[in-house]
Amino acid sequence: MIDINESVMQALLAFVVLIPLIGAAAALLPAPPGLKGKSPEQAVLRHGVTVTGVVLLAALALAAGFDHSRPQTMQATTDISWIPALDVRIHLGVDGISLPLLVLTALLTFLCALHSYFVRPPGGSPKGFVALLLVLETGTLASFAVLDLLLFFLAFETVLIPMYFLIARWGGAGRSAAAWKFVLFTLLGSVVMLLGLLLIGIKAGTFDMVTLASDNGRSLTVTTQVVAVLAIGLGLAVKTPMWPLHSWLPDAHTAAPTVGSVLLAGVLLKMGTYGFVRILLPAAPEGFEVFAPYLAAFAVVGIVYGSLACLALARKGAKGDLKRLIAYSSVGHMGFVLLGIATMTPTGVNGALFANVAHGLITGLLFFLVGALKDRTGTTDLDTLSAQGVRATGAALYGRAPRLGGLLAFAAVASLGLPGLAGFWGEMLALFGAFDPAAGLSRPAYLVFMAVGAFGTLLTAAYLLVVVRRVCMGEPPRETDDVPLLADVRGHEFAAWTPLVVLTVLAGLWPKVLLGLTDPAVQQLLAGGPR
Amino acid sequence: MSALAAESVVQSVDWTAVAPPTLTAVAALVVLVADLFLPERRKAVMGWITLAALAAGLLLLLPLLDGDRATFCLTADPGVCSYVADRFTVAVQLIVLGGALLAALLSVTALKDEARRLPAGEYWFLLLSSAAGAALLPASRDLATLIVALEVASLPAFALVGLRHGDRRSSEAALKFFLSSVTATAVSLLGVSFVYAVTGSMHLTVVAEEIQQVDGQFAALARAGVVLTLVGFAFKTAAVPFHFWVPDTYTGAPLPVAAYLSVTGKAVGFTGLILVTLLAFPSYAPVWGPVLALLAALTMTAGNVGAMRQRPDREHSAVRLLAWSSVGQAGYLLVPVAAAAYTDEPARAIGSTLAYALMYAAVNLGAFTVVALVGRARPTGRVDDHRGLYAARPVTALLMAFFLLCLAGLPPGIVGLFAKVTVFATAVEAGMGWLAVVMAVNVVIALVYYLRWTALLFRPAEAGAGAALAAGAVPAAQPVSVAASAGAGAAGSGRALSGAVPGAASGTDATAIPDAVSGPGGTPAPNAAASAGTSPAGIAPEPAALPGAAPLTVALAVTGLLALALSAAPQLILRFTGVALF
Repeated sequence: MIDINESVMQALLAFVVLIPLIGAAAALLPAPPGLKGKSPEQAVLRHGVTVTGVVLLAALALAAGFDHSRPQTMQATTDISWIPALDVRIHLGVDGISLPLLVLTALLTFLCALHSYFVRPPGGSPKGFVALLLVLETGTLASFAVLDLLLFFLAFETVLIPMYFLIARWGGAGRSAAAWKFVLFTLLGSVVMLLGLLLIGIKAGTFDMVTLASDNGRSLTVTTQVVAVLAIGLGLAVKTPMWPLHSWLPDAHTAAPTVGSVLLAGVLLKMGTYGFVRILLPAAPEGFEVFAPYLAAFAVVGIVYGSLACLALARKGAKGDLKRLIAYSSVGHMGFVLLGIATMTPTGVNGALFANVAHGLITGLLFFLVGALKDRTGTTDLDTLSAQGVRATGAALYGRAPRLGGLLAFAAVASLGLPGLAGFWGEMLALFGAFDPAAGLSRPAYLVFMAVGAFGTLLTAAYLLVVVRRVCMGEPPRETDDVPLLADVRGHEFAAWTPLVVLTVLAGLWPKVLLGLTDPAVQQLLAGGPR
Repeated sequence: MSALAAESVVQSVDWTAVAPPTLTAVAALVVLVADLFLPERRKAVMGWITLAALAAGLLLLLPLLDGDRATFCLTADPGVCSYVADRFTVAVQLIVLGGALLAALLSVTALKDEARRLPAGEYWFLLLSSAAGAALLPASRDLATLIVALEVASLPAFALVGLRHGDRRSSEAALKFFLSSVTATAVSLLGVSFVYAVTGSMHLTVVAEEIQQVDGQFAALARAGVVLTLVGFAFKTAAVPFHFWVPDTYTGAPLPVAAYLSVTGKAVGFTGLILVTLLAFPSYAPVWGPVLALLAALTMTAGNVGAMRQRPDREHSAVRLLAWSSVGQAGYLLVPVAAAAYTDEPARAIGSTLAYALMYAAVNLGAFTVVALVGRARPTGRVDDHRGLYAARPVTALLMAFFLLCLAGLPPGIVGLFAKVTVFATAVEAGMGWLAVVMAVNVVIALVYYLRWTALLFRPAEAGAGAALAAGAVPAAQPVSVAASAGAGAAGSGRALSGAVPGAASGTDATAIPDAVSGPGGTPAPNAAASAGTSPAGIAPEPAALPGAAPLTVALAVTGLLALALSAAPQLILRFTGVALF
């Protein structure tokens, strides 16, 4: 849209990836004179906001300078040899598939930094918190920006240690076990993924994603492709997470601090699905075709399983935790993403990418809202929450904190996929793709998957409405009732949530903003890679 | 060579090529003699001589970088040499001499701290002799020199392990080390003699040719010779089932010696193994390939499971854990050697071993340095003693975290990650998927104990003290803690704990007698536990306050900078995978 010089674009992309890393190192140093602020804690949290803000601005500039008339082309590319011995190149670039995820990551991390500036993370020192947050940002941004298999693996691994510490140091009850479960599951998956990446790289003679994609698996035998897809797919499926490899997710979400949950759901999970689209689909299409029906089957089981788990948690007396519920709902939503990818059609993959971004926005918002609810009421337990209302009819947020209640209802409705909001398009396109899968895939099987998936949307609507009923509604307290009043949405919360709300509505009403970016890139990818 | 002596032909010697081990050996003799004439208070000079000699030895590697020198060649056949300084040799000598130099830096402080119990002269002599043998080993290209070098590297090491006066654990460790090592050497000598019997030569290249044309009746003898020779070298790498001596030996030995053994000892073992397998018995690849692959899988699994099972609150658990982890790392080092049996480019696979060994040497010595630093303040040597290190010494703690994550192979330890990636790549390239999967599982197991330790560094110290008290302390640590807490009581007040002598501070972590901690108020025991838990006690004052830590700081700086530089440019070590080594 805005004409920016290509070398400036290159610098912008490298800047976006590197600045958080430098910022992380700087966060550990004492603040320079003049930037000391009111206290060391305040100074370092402000540092976090500044760095993530700068990164967000750079990412927006990158998006503005991105040539929207040819989103299928890699833009802002840098290609430097780093480790010739392993043929690892610092190859960076963005296209229509990675750009939305890059901007989403920068946005969510900035909002998280903003949130922690106003709500001090309880637990360890803010210094470490900010440093870890920034390392996490580098890892996630890098995994969306790199075009080299081994660098992708490096970026993929970079997020493990920061997230482990974010959960283990700043988390809630059961954080230690949850953090271990997260790091061990993900590492086991990613090491297996490394084996697959090495197999592809060694057999094809290059680790470069662009070359591999334009080669479209022609230099790999079907056996190699099958083994590689199995290994890489397992690693990515743990991260996504795909049922039945999801069991680390609910624990991690429940124990993580608000910021950790937002980033985990909003960004980290996307790395898994992004890997499917960026690496497996173009580089090993024949291998992927073998596993696609199984992936689709697991995906729809995940959709139904996640919804049923949520329904069970939302029941009265189930002692369901709201964060755990949203985590299970993520399993369901990511099921739609995987279903879309498994159709191997442009429609399905576009839907998957759309659902990816929509889930990041909506679930990020949901975790922020639940975090705010916890700050006010001290609990995320549904039963305790609804028992706080008058005669235990419900938490009555509409009455006690109308704006907060309204936002929660908005997020829940967006999450269940109401037309007109972001959650709708991705799931509809994924199902639509399953209606007519790629040639070579069994259509009857996919029709069954589609039917089961569609049934899942009903279940999703059911549990989210139950949540709204139990948390937002209820008999409004009168002055005589002994119900504590809740603070309504504060200024900084309003600032942190508004972008998410606006984007959710925008993507819902004007899906072309996203689809226009992803569609040409997806068409190209399925037909033989970006040029 | 014996045949040549009869012809009385004098071989010309390329002194530049043999300079690094020669200089080290000469320095050893100089130190031995100097010990006789130096007065007690000047003994420290020998330490500086050792450091200077090892540093000079490293510098003497510079002219050899081209890797095209050979000497002690047969006059009849100049292509067959006993001493070759190729790139492989230079790389291993870099590991060996660099490792010895850093171990010597650690030793300077250790000798000062334990002046009564460690005789300085003997110590430096033995260290230099062992280093000389280890530096000779990668260059030797005949079986006799190989065995001699191996023994020169090992024999002083036994003595170093048992050198501490009046320490039963130290003597026991030395005896264990000695007995198992000597048995292994005897076995491999037997193997060498069989090989000599069937091939009629000691030179590796000649053996490689001759052993393919062995008479049918001697085939069994040749095979037995090959297997027995390998057994000896497998012991040196501490491969399963020859790994049991490692944890006891490392914990019994003075800490710098353990650090030295963990790096140089490993290098000696895998170098010998590479030379024997690739240069002498390449035609037996179908025999040793699967055996080494199995050994690698067993070794890494045994080592990592052993390390994971170490309880962080046991005495000496830090060194014990590093010992077990070094067994696990030896398993990774063996993977490319095994893979070399299956590929057309064995040198490329060996390059991965070298790259990994270089990474491991720098990082592991760094970790040992931090353990030594912490151990000066808290002699119990537990992993738990590292709790709260970040609050006390942020830079040391960050470096330690970096070292541990490099060992685990996870970002930010980028060099560790890529070293592991090359090892994985050799396994995948050789088609040994099962070994790669075993290694993948091992990487996850290893992460458990490395990350547990890393997390401990950043945990607040006071919570640790409280937890340890609540858990009822550790029986093993009781004698120390009783003495320490008694000392704290004598100091007069509970608050004094925070500033008390380091030994006492470590005692508060483990003490089983809360009364001694409670101070003058006579607080009831449970409260004492609670107050100790919340008071700023439990973290050692800056160990830098102790004199003589400068060499440790230097060692830490060197290893830290090395690890950081390698992380920024892994190509520095990974280049070995791309060059002709032999």
